[in-house]
Amino acid sequence: MDRGELSSTDLTKHCLSRISALEDRLHSFLTVLESSALQDAAASDARRRSGTALGPLDGIPIAIKDNISTAGVRTTAGSKILDSYVPPFDAHVVERLRASGAVIVGKANLDEFAMGSSNENSAFGPVRNPWDVNRVPGGSSGGPAAAVSAGEAVVSLGSDTGGSIRQPAALCGIVGMKPTYGLVSRYGLIAFASSLDQIGPFARDVTDCAILLEAISGHDPRDSTSLQRPRETFVGSLRGGIKGVRVGVPREYLVDGIEPGVRRAFESALQTLTSLGAAVEECSLPLTDQALAVYYILAPSEASANLARFDGFKYGHSSPGARTAWDTMDLSRAEGFGSEVKRRILLGGYALSAGYYDAYYKKAQQVRTLIRREFADAFERFDALVTPTSPTVAFKLGSRTQDPLSMYLSDVCTIPVNIAGLPGISLPGGMSDGLPVGLQVIGPQFGDARILRIAYTYEQATEWHLKRPEIN
Amino acid sequence: MLTSDDVRRVARLTRIALSDTELTVLQDQLSKVLGHFQSLQMIDTEGTEPTGHASEGRTVMRDDLSAPSLARSDVLKNAPESDEPMVRVRPVLGS
Repeated sequence: MDRGELSSTDLTKHCLSRISALEDRLHSFLTVLESSALQDAAASDARRRSGTALGPLDGIPIAIKDNISTAGVRTTAGSKILDSYVPPFDAHVVERLRASGAVIVGKANLDEFAMGSSNENSAFGPVRNPWDVNRVPGGSSGGPAAAVSAGEAVVSLGSDTGGSIRQPAALCGIVGMKPTYGLVSRYGLIAFASSLDQIGPFARDVTDCAILLEAISGHDPRDSTSLQRPRETFVGSLRGGIKGVRVGVPREYLVDGIEPGVRRAFESALQTLTSLGAAVEECSLPLTDQALAVYYILAPSEASANLARFDGFKYGHSSPGARTAWDTMDLSRAEGFGSEVKRRILLGGYALSAGYYDAYYKKAQQVRTLIRREFADAFERFDALVTPTSPTVAFKLGSRTQDPLSMYLSDVCTIPVNIAGLPGISLPGGMSDGLPVGLQVIGPQFGDARILRIAYTYEQATEWHLKRPEIN
Repeated sequence: MLTSDDVRRVARLTRIALSDTELTVLQDQLSKVLGHFQSLQMIDTEGTEPTGHASEGRTVMRDDLSAPSLARSDVLKNAPESDEPMVRVRPVLGS
């Protein structure tokens, strides 16, 4: 674009034409912003022509997960209860994107309130995987992942509470990153579990991922958990290689249920890392299998409190049949929430209720402390940990919807990272039966630049990130 | 194992009206999920401080200054029923 060979208008039109050709099959978007995107693209082209381009993101088409607030543009969180909600303000990350000239092409589909691992919980219908439309794209950021994988957007933003960026990135064959907790402001993100939620980038390669992370990270006083640290240059630290980097492979992540094709791809990735100079060594994190239990107590507990705000009074769906204020709450929530959201609110309500609080909620918080210590100990010995992102490749639509527990187990490799607030990135790390396999790199707190460099070095030595789904 | 009364009690606390069918399904599903998570009880957490947040427990202070907030008319645009300058709700008492 800087050389004048491609305009933002060309690129935006290309993405919009991909969207109109593919949406009836993929359903990555809940709202497409054709006219404002073309206006923004034209403005970007004018800036480039006059030498006032705003940086590397200026003019780049981006999709935003629909639980991230956009002023004046419907934001549903994938829920019927917010079907007609139009936020009066932009999320911090959206302000940042606008300031960097990015072109928002649409709001991307997701599991309702980001609760799910397959995107089948969207109240507006599932997203399908561009590699095989009979399979799920992963979740909860299935829309943002499928959109980038299929070329409907160049990059996108998702949110990750227990793997909701990394798992769909793996299943769709792209790069997705959950930054260190607090690196990116959550202001304007519709809250699911506040102590775990983090916004992060999707891209086709690690460099674009680093560019986008650089644009959205940094302190914001409107999020009290936003870290006060000097802004980092993630792009500048990609190069330099990984000679002598100590990489741990926690054996507990090679769970029972891991598919042979995923295991083969992972073992091959370990050899590549070794050949690049990393010191790869097996290690053990014995509490790994408790992370799932901790997560499915803490996240629903926080969700039950966060989602109490949907009462049918201030915004969102209000039951027309309600006669009293109490009815308004009971019925609006019954009609507006889908079954997974109800399940989690009830699970959280139970864990927090009198008589069960110590046995469930407090116990889970204590085990969370132990999990964090276990990671801290591991990072005394290792610079990073690598694991498969998901024990399986993309699974068939409908294959796990009847059994919540089997769906919850999809996130077994990604959840511990959120529990401990660490950065994690998933990147293309092989193929199995024609479907992408994700490689996850986990760093210590603030190790974002380090895991980006490891991911970049691996990516440059392999060709997995160049593979594209054949969907037209 | 949750009883149907347990589920009914939590549904009332979280203000979600449930049909009888939903109640039965949820009783079964929540019992299975909680049963699976019983493994936590085996972990020794004696004397372990609970973690509420991933970033170290620090309290953020700010100066108590007034600042512009959203315009009331913008906020009311999303209310299902409003009567400027207020949100209108169904009766709370006497119903």
